[in-house]
Amino acid sequence: MNVQTDKVKSFINKYNCKQSALIAILQEIQAEYNYLPKNALIYVSQQLHIPLIDIIGVATFYSAFSLEPKGEHTVKVCMGTACHVRGGPKILEEFERRLEIESGHTTDDKQFSLDTVACLECCAIGPVVVVDENYHAQTSIRNVDTILKKYRKKEKKNEEHQ
Amino acid sequence: MKNTNKSKSLDQIKKIIKEQKQARKEDDKITLTVSSGTCGQARGSMEVIDSLKETIEQKQLEDKVRVKVTGCHGFCEAEPNIIFQPDNIFYQHVKPKHSKDIIEKTALNKEILDQLLYTDPSTNEKAKKDEDISFYTKQERLVLGDNVLIDPTDINDYFSIGGYNSLLKTLETLNPEQVINTVKSSGIRGRGGAGFPTGIKWEFTRKAKSDEKYIICNADEGDPGAYMDRSLMEGNPHRVLEGMIIGAYAIGANQGFIYIRDEYPLALKNITLAIQQAKEFGLLGQNILDTGFGLEINIVKGAGAFVCGEETALIASVEGKVGEPKQRPPFPAVKGLWKKPTNINNVETWGNIPLIIEKGADWYSQIGTKDSKGTKIFSLVGKINNTGLVEVPMGITLREIIFDIGGGIPEGKKFKAVQTGGPSGGCLPAEKLDLPIDYESLTEAGSIMGSGGMIVMDENTCMVDVAKYFLNFLRDESCGKCLSCREGTQRMWEIVNKITEGNGKKGDIELLEELAYAVKDASMCGLGQTAANPVLSTLRYFRDEYEAHVVDKKCPAGVCKDLIRYIIIEDKCTGCMACIKPCPEDAITGELKKVHTLDENKCIRCGACYEACKFDAIKIE
Ligand SMILES: Cc1cc2nc3c(=O)[nH]c(=O)nc-3n(C[C@H](O)[C@H](O)[C@H](O)COP(=O)(O)O)c2cc1C
Ligand code: SF4
Ligand code: SF4
Ligand code: SF4
Ligand code: FES
Ligand code: FES
Repeated sequence: MNVQTDKVKSFINKYNCKQSALIAILQEIQAEYNYLPKNALIYVSQQLHIPLIDIIGVATFYSAFSLEPKGEHTVKVCMGTACHVRGGPKILEEFERRLEIESGHTTDDKQFSLDTVACLECCAIGPVVVVDENYHAQTSIRNVDTILKKYRKKEKKNEEHQ
Repeated sequence: MKNTNKSKSLDQIKKIIKEQKQARKEDDKITLTVSSGTCGQARGSMEVIDSLKETIEQKQLEDKVRVKVTGCHGFCEAEPNIIFQPDNIFYQHVKPKHSKDIIEKTALNKEILDQLLYTDPSTNEKAKKDEDISFYTKQERLVLGDNVLIDPTDINDYFSIGGYNSLLKTLETLNPEQVINTVKSSGIRGRGGAGFPTGIKWEFTRKAKSDEKYIICNADEGDPGAYMDRSLMEGNPHRVLEGMIIGAYAIGANQGFIYIRDEYPLALKNITLAIQQAKEFGLLGQNILDTGFGLEINIVKGAGAFVCGEETALIASVEGKVGEPKQRPPFPAVKGLWKKPTNINNVETWGNIPLIIEKGADWYSQIGTKDSKGTKIFSLVGKINNTGLVEVPMGITLREIIFDIGGGIPEGKKFKAVQTGGPSGGCLPAEKLDLPIDYESLTEAGSIMGSGGMIVMDENTCMVDVAKYFLNFLRDESCGKCLSCREGTQRMWEIVNKITEGNGKKGDIELLEELAYAVKDASMCGLGQTAANPVLSTLRYFRDEYEAHVVDKKCPAGVCKDLIRYIIIEDKCTGCMACIKPCPEDAITGELKKVHTLDENKCIRCGACYEACKFDAIKIE
């Protein structure tokens, strides 16, 4: 990914180059690129005078950050307690089988990233799955394929438009 | 932001509140409040709102009916729902297609739409108003109740229910010591987990000598399955702010932070807006309402780490560092953020403060039990009919919450356990249902109050699997600083995992118990100190289930994959073929209208066939 120094610089400036704003700056970078590109981190390290190793330490400690690029769509399966007792793990396994990846990874074609989350705050409709920003309620093993198809199809449609 | 010349004096705000209250009183429009927190939006509340608004516009009824987008009404099960004001008619599972009838029939002609009413699962009776619904009747919604009344994005709406009156009362009539004394004698204890008396904590921070002090609102809410803090921040952000301003005044802090969980975009939006509005009215800033007292509040977004809910780790995180807990003492009240005295309270704790100031310590301390005062909000989730946020007086029994408010267990299944306190808490069995809950009774029973997660489990929940679930969570979230916690949670997980895989040996349960106590005793922060609770409580009440796994190699609840098998019941199988396609391993074969066969050697126990069969012909053994 092409990282524009200008962009990263503007994030740093927004927080007055303060060391204590490291997490906030990384959050901006993550939001912009969907992951933390290496050269962005090097730049942040230089500007904030924080050793790169410490920045990597922060980036790996918090689950909001990813050091690898994410796929086109992010599938988040709720692993909260309420969804767990309603069968969440079975849903996750089905996603893993269908996508042929383990959670925390991205498919080779970069279409899907699969992640787990602690609680999506709508426990009443569990097991819950969120794809990008869309909630899928009361998912069942059978739904998984249907859900994936929906996003795969969108992908194709977009290509046709181009 | 606009300039701050809207900034007001005490008297001017008083006048505004009076006017807004009056306006609410005189308001004769019919108001449809649509519950629209994260959970409502996930279920389509925005579409309902759009179509209601469109209908009103089309029929030119703007001066008769209005739609108000509120925070959540707490009854997740019934989302999206509408409460009519002033009549309190309650409609559930509303869809855009109902808009026309809702407006024309109910709003204009008071005609009730039967199909949108809530039906009690036990009596089959329909409820017309929210106060007729058993989910609401036993609650005491002192903190959450206002969510229904106000548009959280409009400070005037908060004024119109008397909002910020407690702040005015504080600034006008109470000195900091008096505020602290009121909070102390109210008996309120922290709602974030440990239950430390709030007034005493404030006093510590007030007495600490320093040129600079801070207050923090802990909105990290890391317990998976708890979401009351989010609901309060989304639905009534000014209430939390009001509590914080009163607290800062009492403590002598001029700078505050709200540490908010990364995954709460709506709460973030509403609290950001609320801060902006409070500033515009002079309720926040350098010189609040011309009193000389100043407070600025900043928002810090968490980045996804459970341990950052712990106060010293949270402070490290606000400083931009890795969120590792620190040894206490020194406590944050003495040496906190940037080594200055810092007072941290949970969202719900702050949200109780305006109430205590308004009604007084005597009034407040009459609610609850001897040592636990006021109400507590729980998120009642899992295998329960009425999922939602419930606010109840301390001292209520688990049975009342689960069966009266929660409506019991779905599908006529049997209650097995209720988990409170999240990863730091424990599972309580049916024998404990009549336990009046407060901080002490829950701890004694082997769980904790925690932040308020309450997960109900039925006969199909495996308690060993639940212990494994929490251990997995904890070994992931342990910051790794203490050996006991890092290695202990990992080792405990390995043992329990082995047991669930059917490889448990004699002595494993005892080893697990021993480890659990070691982790409890040798760890530095609350995460490690309580990490054994899920294991110890399940061992205490459900030891036979562990033994069934270890000795009989059986999972009585039918959950642990390696100990169960799926079989087709020949008598019940109609040969409908519905189970064939879902099977990822082609383990099921059969012809139409003939009994199917399931090849156990191919089966990976994914459960897809079980879900697909409409004739209950597939059984777990
Ligand atoms: C591992 C761990 C996680 C915690 N998570 C939270 C949390 O998410 N929210 C919270 O308010 N308190 C949490 N706490 C408790 C805080 O450390 C602190 O006691 C609390 O914020 C104080 O506020 P209170 O006195 O109003 O409860 C956690 C504690 C531990 C040990
Ligand atoms: S007890 Fe666990 S989470 Fe807490 S400081 Fe030690 S290692 Fe970290
Ligand atoms: S449990 Fe899964 S793998 Fe086994 S038979 Fe059923 S569908 Fe096939
Ligand atoms: S779905 Fe059930 S009834 Fe139909 S073939 Fe399979 S086991 Fe038999
Ligand atoms: S546990 Fe899944 S949404 Fe809360
Ligand atoms: S109604 Fe579900 S969280 Fe509020």
